[in-house]
Amino acid sequence: MNIVVCLKQVPDTNEVKIDPKTGTLIREGVPSIINPDDKNALEESLRLKDEHGAHVTVISMGPPQAEKALREALAMGADEAILVSDRAFAGADTLATSHALAATLRKLDYDVVFAGRQAIDGDTAQVGPEIAEHLNLAQITYVEKVDIIQGGLKVRRAWEDGYENIEVKTPVLLTAIKELNEPRYMNIKNIYDMFQNKEVKVWNATDIGADVALLGLKGSPTKVKKSMTKEPKGKGELIDLPANEAALYVVSKLKENHFI
Amino acid sequence: MNIADYKGVWVFAEQRDGELQKISFELLGKGREIADKLGEKLVAVLLGDKTDDMVKELVAFGADKVIVAESPLLNHFTTDAYAKVICDLANDKKPEIIFIGATYLGRDLGPRVSARLSTGLTADCTSLDIEEETKNLLMTRPAFGGNLMATIVCGDHRPQMATIRPGVFEKLAEDKTRKCEIEKVTVNLKESDIRTKSLEVVKVASVLADIGEADIIVSGGRGVGSKENFSFLEKLATNLDGVVGGSRAAVENGWVDKSVQVGQTGKTVRPTVYIACGISGAIQHLAGMSDSDFIIAINKDATAPIMKVADLAIVGDYSKVIPELIAHINTLRNK
Repeated sequence: MNIVVCLKQVPDTNEVKIDPKTGTLIREGVPSIINPDDKNALEESLRLKDEHGAHVTVISMGPPQAEKALREALAMGADEAILVSDRAFAGADTLATSHALAATLRKLDYDVVFAGRQAIDGDTAQVGPEIAEHLNLAQITYVEKVDIIQGGLKVRRAWEDGYENIEVKTPVLLTAIKELNEPRYMNIKNIYDMFQNKEVKVWNATDIGADVALLGLKGSPTKVKKSMTKEPKGKGELIDLPANEAALYVVSKLKENHFI
Repeated sequence: MNIADYKGVWVFAEQRDGELQKISFELLGKGREIADKLGEKLVAVLLGDKTDDMVKELVAFGADKVIVAESPLLNHFTTDAYAKVICDLANDKKPEIIFIGATYLGRDLGPRVSARLSTGLTADCTSLDIEEETKNLLMTRPAFGGNLMATIVCGDHRPQMATIRPGVFEKLAEDKTRKCEIEKVTVNLKESDIRTKSLEVVKVASVLADIGEADIIVSGGRGVGSKENFSFLEKLATNLDGVVGGSRAAVENGWVDKSVQVGQTGKTVRPTVYIACGISGAIQHLAGMSDSDFIIAINKDATAPIMKVADLAIVGDYSKVIPELIAHINTLRNK
């Protein structure tokens, strides 16, 4: 079985702080990580490899430094890594990103394409289904369990109020959520193997044979018109009274506003 | 593409098991405003089986027109069937805007549809407007865990598509006297169009009321200190006929269930009253509750961020304030 995992290098948003003076995001010094949902997709692929045998390829679209995320994936046990990197990809929205990754996938053999549900820097959850559309693949999102069956997979997808068991033939695209598994750490043998025997291949726009009109800013139907940090509303009363008096005041306000 | 050919605001009427979801009414509420700004029709698009009762509801809650695609193959959601029917309809009728709820279903369906229509999709929007000069849709959404708000436009492609975060927009008042056009369309679907086979759908029984529906939420964070201490919050919630919620810290400590987590990675809520106990107010939490009508914060630290968004910011210990609140509420009720 051939599995291709799509992963993204993202800034660790838990570490993103806002500059109180300028109100902008401080990105300097923020560590980059493999996007968490993507790591679950990788882990599940590696688990399927361990249990059933599989060739696991990781691909990522990003700047040259995204190689580090792919190296980590190799050190976790992936067999092959491809960084898709080109200035032509700059400014891509989800649709343009999905075209670049779909073009890359057309150059590869796959039975399963595995992506994370969403990236923590954008939270869109769009690239996976968009890739599936371009490649005319069946898709299952919010995946929290995967079993291999004859000719395909049995997959459990989460719903807000429960779950659904679904059977699907391969090829298929899945998107992972964190309930799927607990990702492994890199191990020494794989780290050694990664440095000795593996490399991260770098493919550009020509290598993937994509239509350049569909890539980058040019291929992006959505544009960011403006962005701003969110300001909390600035009204309200500060009440610094003994508990009894504070409570009495609050209840009078609740009454006044007809909340009780 | 001739942009002028695209007319009308569509909302995807999400149903599950023959029941319209709350998000469908929220989409109609906001969609009504956007359609009126454009001077265009608000169209609800309903896919399902045995839809008559749902159609009536869509009319009463603001649709000018309902397009109904009815088939046993549409009773239960599948990406393949739903994407095909909606894309065929959109290609035929050319809507200017399509709104879909940013639910687990909508976030599966939306990108599939937008990719097939070769148009843009803005995810999880929390604010929508029409730009005066261009009449383009302005779609505002949080990013970077809610640290950043971005306004997105899709100026050169139609339809303009957005998924909309549940719990952000309000539904309209029901008006059963409204009249509207209903168009039943022929569904061109074969079983072989659907590549996934649903084996079973399992509802995980939850005794907790849906926090997104609650009028009053009593929410606790790290400062509550333990699972046992949440009994203070539960007593107040019960007294006010509300529900208990929690911050990410409270969920990660196992003090409350994940299903009641409020914030960027949990649920967005806009109750009438939100009472935050021992919650400092990380920006991810504020993103999920700052649109509540009335916010009461109880925190020992007067400088905590939650105190700045609160209508009433009480400096104090929630375990002392809550029993006093309950006592005063009971006194008031017994008068």
